[in-house]
Order: sequence, then C-alpha cells, then structure tokens
Amino acid sequence: MAAPVIHIADLVFRWGGTPCLDIASFHLKAGEKAFLHGPSGSGKSTLLNLLAGVLVPAAGELAVLGQALPRLAGAARDRFRADHVGIVFQQFNLIPYLSVLDNVLLPCRFSKLRQERAGDPNAAAARLLAHLDLERTLWGRRADALSVGQQQRVAAARALIGHPELVIADEPTSALDAERQAAFLELLIRECDDAGSALLFVSHDRRLASRFDRVLALPDINRAGERPS
Amino acid sequence: MPPLIGIAARSAWNRRASLSLTVLAIALSVLMLLGVERMRHALRAGFEQSVSGADLIVGARGSPLQLMLYAVFRMGETTHTMRWASVTALAEHPAVAWVIPVSLGDSHRGFPVLGTTPAYFEHFRHGDRRALKIAQGRPFEGVFDAVLGAEVAEALGYRPGSRITLAHGGGELAPEHADKPFTVVGVLSRTGTPVDRTVHISLAGMEAIHLDWQGGAPLPGTSIPAEYVSKFDLTPKAVTAVILGLKSRAAVFAVQRHVNAFRAEPLMAVLPGVALSQLWQVMGHGERALLAVSALVVVVGLAGLVAVVLASLNERRRELAILRAVGARPHGILGLLVIEGLGLTLVGALLGFVLLTALSLAAGPLIEARLGLAIPATLPTASEFALLAGVIAAGVLASLLPGWRAYRMSLADGLTPRT
Repeated sequence: MAAPVIHIADLVFRWGGTPCLDIASFHLKAGEKAFLHGPSGSGKSTLLNLLAGVLVPAAGELAVLGQALPRLAGAARDRFRADHVGIVFQQFNLIPYLSVLDNVLLPCRFSKLRQERAGDPNAAAARLLAHLDLERTLWGRRADALSVGQQQRVAAARALIGHPELVIADEPTSALDAERQAAFLELLIRECDDAGSALLFVSHDRRLASRFDRVLALPDINRAGERPS
Repeated sequence: MPPLIGIAARSAWNRRASLSLTVLAIALSVLMLLGVERMRHALRAGFEQSVSGADLIVGARGSPLQLMLYAVFRMGETTHTMRWASVTALAEHPAVAWVIPVSLGDSHRGFPVLGTTPAYFEHFRHGDRRALKIAQGRPFEGVFDAVLGAEVAEALGYRPGSRITLAHGGGELAPEHADKPFTVVGVLSRTGTPVDRTVHISLAGMEAIHLDWQGGAPLPGTSIPAEYVSKFDLTPKAVTAVILGLKSRAAVFAVQRHVNAFRAEPLMAVLPGVALSQLWQVMGHGERALLAVSALVVVVGLAGLVAVVLASLNERRRELAILRAVGARPHGILGLLVIEGLGLTLVGALLGFVLLTALSLAAGPLIEARLGLAIPATLPTASEFALLAGVIAAGVLASLLPGWRAYRMSLADGLTPRT
C-alpha cells in the first residue's frame, strides 16, 4: 500500500520559543475521513499551516503522501500544496471579485497536475458545482453575491477539483445553521469519496463527528496543550 | 505568473473607485510631462521652421545669436546696422542666388515693422520650405504700402485699405510717424512664424519716414510732407541684416568666409542652424528645470498610487491568504502587486497620452494662433516613448514597496490571516 496521506511523528512546532504543538503520532490513510476537534487556541490552525506546508516544524517527522515537507524549499512546498491539498476555510473562502466558476478553477490555474487530473477543468468544475447543488445560473455570478452556505459549497468544489489526495476543512460549517451543516457535511464526504480524497475535518462541534471513520481530540494528541503556559 | 495577470486585473477592477483617482493623477502628471516635452519640441521646430529657406544671415559683426534672434525672430536687442553698399556687393557674389535685406526698429501698436524688398515675398521660406502666400490684396509697390502678417490683421481688425501710422522704436510711448501714414495693401496667410506678427513695408518707405528724423526724434524745424518724399533719394543707407539664399548649399562655408573677411566693413555671416544650437544650449537649463518639475509631479502621482495600494493591503489579507491556499507562492503575491502597479501605471500613461492628444486637437489651433507654436496630435515620438517608458519603469519600481509589504504579510499570515 502507498504511503499514508499524513504521517506525523514527534512533531514539535514552537511559536516564539514555547512549543505550541507537540504531537507524538498522527496518521491519515488514503481516502480516510478523520474528525479532529479541539477548542480554539489548541493549535488547530498551526497544524493546518504545517500540513499545508506554509509553516515548517522545529523538529520531528511531517510527511504528506510520503513527502517530507520540511525537506522541501518554500517554493516546492507551495507547489506541493497546489498539487495535492485542497483547503476549505471557516468562511470568506472565495475571491470576492471572481466568478463562482473562476473561484473553483483557481487550483487548476496554479497546478498543472490538478488541471491534468481534472481532465477538462471547466467540465470538472461544472460537475462538482452541480453535485454540490449549485444552480447553473449562479456560476457566472461574483462569488460575494452568494449566500454563506452557497459560498461554502463553492469552496468545497474548489478544494476537490483535480482530485487532491488530501482535503483539509477548517471549521467549514461554523457559519452555517444546524440543518445546513448536516447537508454540507453530507455533500463534502460524498464528494471526497468520489474524488478519492482523504479528509481531515477540523471543528470544535462534536455533533458532526458521527459521520467520520475516526474521531480525535487535538488536546489528546497535542502534548504541548497539557502544559498551559 | 499567467494566472496572476488575470487575477491582478480583476482585483484592480474590483477596487476601481479608489484606483481610478490615482490613475487619473498619474495620467495628468504624464500629460504635463509629455506636454512640456512636446512644447519644447514645438518651440525648437518653430524656430527652425522660421528660417527654413535661409542659408546665411549676414549682419554687422557681433553676437551671432543676437543677430539671429533680432533679424529673424524680432527678439532681444537691436544690433548694429550694415551699409547698403555691402548688401548690393553681396547680392553680386556669384554663389548668391537671392538676398532679402531686413530693416527693423519701428513698430505698430506693439507689432514689429520690417522694411524689405519684394524679394521677401518671393524667396522667404517657412515651415517645410513653404513660400509666403498673400491671403488678401497684393505685395507692396508704393512707398507707403504695407503688407500685414495674419495675426496683426486679425488682432487689430485691419484689411486692405486700412490706414496705419508707424511708431519710431518699439515702446508704448514711442513717437509716431504720424505725418506719413501707410495704407494696408495686403495680408499674408498664417505661417505660425514671427512673420504673422510683422508689418512689412518697403525699404523706400522705411527711408521716407526717417527723412526728417535724426537720432530717434524728428529734426526740429524740418518737416517733409509725404507727397514730397518722392523727390528724395529713397535708397536706404543701411539695413539691419540680410538673409542670403545660395545657388548651392555646398558654397555656404566659402560665402561665410567671404563675408567674415569683408573689407568695406566688419560683417559676419551666421549659419541659422549653428546659431540655433547656441540658443538651445542657453535654453537647455530652463528646459531641464521644467522637465525636472514635471518628473517630480509624476513622482507625486506614483506616490499617491503606492499610498492607495498600501492602504488596501489590510483589506486584502484574506484574499492573499486564499491565493496562498490554492498554491500561490509568496513571490507570486509580490508579483501580483507589481503587476497591479505596472498595469495601473500603464493605464495612467496611456490615458495621459490620450489626454495630450485630445488637448492638442482641441487647443492646438488656439496655441498656434497665440504663441505660434504648432502642437500636432501625433503618435509618441522617440523621446516621448522614452519618457513614457521611464514613467512605467518608475511605476513598477514604486509598486515593489506594496509588493514587499504583501510578501511579508503573506509569509507571516500563511493561511490564517490575523485580521
């Protein structure tokens, strides 16, 4: 079997000298859906930036798809992220002045690999948008003309286009009401399955956890969190 | 880089309200810069076109530039005169095709009066070697005939038949030759040269009005009525200068040497081009100062652009983080801002040029009429292209500042902007 999507061992990240993330071990297999919860300030966004290759750990092993990210130069990490990682934020995911369709196509513009995997990017974007219940009439609109719920679904389509091996979702449902949270999660998991992407879903809301293969609490795996400073 | 151009363009379009004002400021500064440059060229072209047919200007020995300015442009100090005998001697030189004697000093309501011969209408050239054209009437024939430049006629409302009196010297309070009025017999077409501002009379007329004058004032006790002047010898004794046309330009240095070594009196022959280049040297300092001020205005415009783009960066932190998330490198973020700066400066520079063209079309005829400067609406010249390129390069350089800020910002923020 291929290398795990995420491999973390004895990873330490320090912020101004004090460790804020210290993880003994964490793995995510290909296509696996993991739910990671923890209160704000528990190091979620730091972990997200590490996995995306934006931050580099002080020590330990951090590999995505078998590639040790700290060994790559900054530009190579940026390319790696563009090629293999889709990201959905809490809100304000979209470039407001681009159309819905152009927002979805952004990863294909920055990554040749994603573009190739998508086949015909326009068709792939259209398929994803349709699957995520976004009517065709919305596609040409400016992204900020859409409701928050619609914007999150566009963000999901953007994260998924070109079949990235890893999708990271950082509190993607916190701006939605309970009913639409469930629907969004349903769609996101279904599309990740479709694309064959592993999903790391970060949230403080445990009610959503039931649909995942695995549920972890960040405070449990983050040893730095045990010693509040 | 390619995806960034489209993103930069649409991002800028999204902020068009605030950016359009800075682009307008850049456009106006470019308009000023190019306008100054174009005026400079128009001025030079205007000077050069005023003497386009002349091979040599001959006058009493002195400052070549002063002779040139006075004889051709009616500017500056009066020079010494040269004897009429020298003029006739020069006219007989085998290499000389024609001579236009020029006698200056009097004026009519602020416009210079020029005494000359009919050769003036035949041989004087302006602009692209164009001959003078009589718009109304005819050249002068009689002693008291006058032919007006287009602007004189227009400004003072004269037409053939109008009667005018000339003033001795150029000042407002100059004594008038009131006893010997002239009749306008012709008006010249507009030339865009000092000819337009000149009252032309014959050398005989010039001599006639000064018959009973000496040393700048009427001789007391003697007054010669106009009807008796024909009883006198009206051959001029002296003129201010002579404009020479040669049979072949190749002889120009030989004739110049001949004149400079003239035995009867100390004369000099000036090549108009050489005298003009002396003039440009003198004017160069002023031109450079004007250009420097315009360049400074461009810098102010670009500073405004940088300030507006810097101020927008905080609102765009989220936008930059999203771009990072989909794979943009920090260098790409820097590039995004530089592309934006390049684009805005480019638009500003183009708009400035369009404004210049529109202004030349709208105000060009007026400027030509008032100042005698032809400002044609043309494509950018080589020197204007250089200025435009300089502005755009400065714009790119200036946008490195917001670019650097955005670069630092995106490195510090990563995917989670601190807003």
